[in-house]
Amino acid sequence: MTTTRQAVPTRPRLPLDRATVRRARSLARKAGRPIVRLAQDHTTVSVERATLRMSGLGGADADGIPWSNRLLDAVRGDVGLEHGVCLPAYDALVRGEAADLAELAQKAAVGSVRFRLPEDRDRTRAASRARKEVGAGLRRIDARRRERERLITRHGDAPSTPWIYLIVATGDIHEDIPQAQAAARAGADVIAVIRSTGQSLLDYVPEGATREGYAGTYATQENFRLMRAALDESSRELGRYVRLTNYASGLCMPEIATLAGLERLDMMLNDSMYGILFRDINPLRTFIDQRFSRQVHARAGIIINTGEDNYLTTADAVDAAHTVTVSQLLNEYFAKEAGLEDWQLGLGHAFEIDPDLPDSFRLELAHALLARELFPDAPLKWMPPTRHMTGDIFRGYLLDAFFNLAGALTGQGILLVGMMTEAVVTPWLSDRDLALQNVRYVLNAAGRLGEDLHPAPDGFIAERARTVLDEAVDLLTAITDREQHPGGLLDAIADGTFGLMRRPADKGRGLDGVVRKAEGYLNPATTLLEEGR
Amino acid sequence: MTLVRPYGDTTGDGMVQVSFTLPLPHSKTSEGAALQLAQKMGMEPALVAHAKPMGPEFTFFVVYGRVSHLVDVGAVRVVERDYPLLTPKEANLAIRKALRRRLVVVGGCIGTDAHTVGIDAILNVKGWAGEKGLEYYRELKVVNLGAQVSVPELVESARAEKADAVLVSQVVTQRDAHLHNTREMAAAFREAFPPRRRPLLVVGGPRFDEAGAEALGVDRVFGRGTTPGEVASYLVARVVARHTPTRPTTQTPSTEASR
Repeated sequence: MTTTRQAVPTRPRLPLDRATVRRARSLARKAGRPIVRLAQDHTTVSVERATLRMSGLGGADADGIPWSNRLLDAVRGDVGLEHGVCLPAYDALVRGEAADLAELAQKAAVGSVRFRLPEDRDRTRAASRARKEVGAGLRRIDARRRERERLITRHGDAPSTPWIYLIVATGDIHEDIPQAQAAARAGADVIAVIRSTGQSLLDYVPEGATREGYAGTYATQENFRLMRAALDESSRELGRYVRLTNYASGLCMPEIATLAGLERLDMMLNDSMYGILFRDINPLRTFIDQRFSRQVHARAGIIINTGEDNYLTTADAVDAAHTVTVSQLLNEYFAKEAGLEDWQLGLGHAFEIDPDLPDSFRLELAHALLARELFPDAPLKWMPPTRHMTGDIFRGYLLDAFFNLAGALTGQGILLVGMMTEAVVTPWLSDRDLALQNVRYVLNAAGRLGEDLHPAPDGFIAERARTVLDEAVDLLTAITDREQHPGGLLDAIADGTFGLMRRPADKGRGLDGVVRKAEGYLNPATTLLEEGR
Repeated sequence: MTLVRPYGDTTGDGMVQVSFTLPLPHSKTSEGAALQLAQKMGMEPALVAHAKPMGPEFTFFVVYGRVSHLVDVGAVRVVERDYPLLTPKEANLAIRKALRRRLVVVGGCIGTDAHTVGIDAILNVKGWAGEKGLEYYRELKVVNLGAQVSVPELVESARAEKADAVLVSQVVTQRDAHLHNTREMAAAFREAFPPRRRPLLVVGGPRFDEAGAEALGVDRVFGRGTTPGEVASYLVARVVARHTPTRPTTQTPSTEASR
């Protein structure tokens, strides 16, 4: 297990007031706790479908609608989801309506089976069969986690930190594979396959190997499997385990997390508020789905990456620096509550300050060190400049070098490699090669410079870090202030506190998929995931 | 007639620099191949300043050389976009100045089309192609109705929201569904609104012909690759023009008529 964790690099220390740090964390807890209770009291169509997928239900009908959607819709139509999908579905199996969930889904789709809510002994029988089959799925996820640990022991881990993270995104999984293997050969420790634009708004997970996407490749179980197998081959060839990343976000977050666990993905983008703010997904739906998906990630040994970099693409990176800190603290609270450990928290932040601003690099260092100091055991995810990449590739190359330097100096855990052709083209082969040369030069020349760097306790950097932390505490205080926000964090999201977006709790996509749990609700997946901790 | 050549460090030296990758292993031959390409591009003499293998099968080159071509500035013809491209900040400012309220955009996919990729790429904050979507613009009020919106619903929402513009995206093209749907929508809006009150009608999708607006009865068609910034700039240009008061004495032609 220790093999999957990053060694904590030596880094400059920033003197922060311990009491303020404690206060920030306790405010994040105060803001987050009502959301957790809300998540505990509700389920969603995607949580229930994820449970079916965990039990091994895969595949799709002739129209490409997954059987898990078909079965869930039929159950919901007959008896509702207030008791979960498992009781009615497994009751039908116990009654002998079908041999397994796949056959049951097919029958349900043509309306040849009726569902009911089993009672007494029937309930006990259905519950025990559900627990057995969902439990078998969780054991498959456990086995995949052990397999990862074995492979890391056999091949060796990424040689150093930060891990070098490269993106492929052709839209065609069969084109992605050679590109990913080439990127691994060129030095990538982590490969991310960007999803097709708009997948986050689909309320089902597409099926099979896909060759057509918009600016990215669909996340499907088969695509996950193909890419993981290809990178296993590369790991053998290169003598180091190459990690695979995808996106557990959008309306199918719990299902995609489950598929990632089943197919041994290693990192997943998984932010607590991104879908709400940037995709207008209903806040309740997001938080409920979030909690389940994080429980699965915790169990599967997957490292999550959060999306704070996104705030800085819409708001000013200096003015909004504290919203990044607030979001990191909230993400940390929600993640730990769901069972994730520090080494699994790839909290995000980005190098997005206007380079024309005086002292911009010192400000970047201050922000990056603040994150490092606040979350000393988390492998922070450091995101390259995008906003101020103008198409002047030469200037962009310089900016990326400073981004790399800031990452090296401040001990970032995961470095997403910036491309000088950002905002011009999707990266060419030569762009990737030049970008990796840039990273290698900086890490080789200055990778350990952090050992010598001690920001003056009353200097510009330390002062700026303290200011941002204080502003974060102020914002968290406002969020949790009952007068300003009677509904807490949900009200703050509704009134546009984050990323300038107003997202009321009763609006947004996917609200019709949220269901309040009834007395007697049963979902063996959540039960087992919580027992297992 | 103004003739110019590229400028390195001396007027008329014609120096340019290019970089490219050839799918060849690094060798004398591949460097020769790079030179040949440079010569065919008009660089004479050309100098391979840098050659670096990228993996076993590719080589990256930086080539400097002198081009013999002359550029006749007088013969340059530029197709002008009929609206200026604005940054979000400029767009917001223009709206604030001309409308003194937010510009209202209602969007959705009509008919049976469930592909919200296009409309979401334009409307969602997330945006695409490195540009934020229209929701990001402080002075735009965006109402995204999502997928499978019926034409009457769309008209009703446009009326209720007092929409300045209606954006519709159509991906499905089976049996020309996108064209039929668009014509139906245009007709419904013409029926429901007096000409000067009718919101601006904009459709977009990968299979539309950008020149077909008039035939479809809409104000504008956007094709594949349109970015949110282009749509926002267009909306600002047209809506602001509509609301710029025309004093009775001035002879400026009505912007309505010119559309």
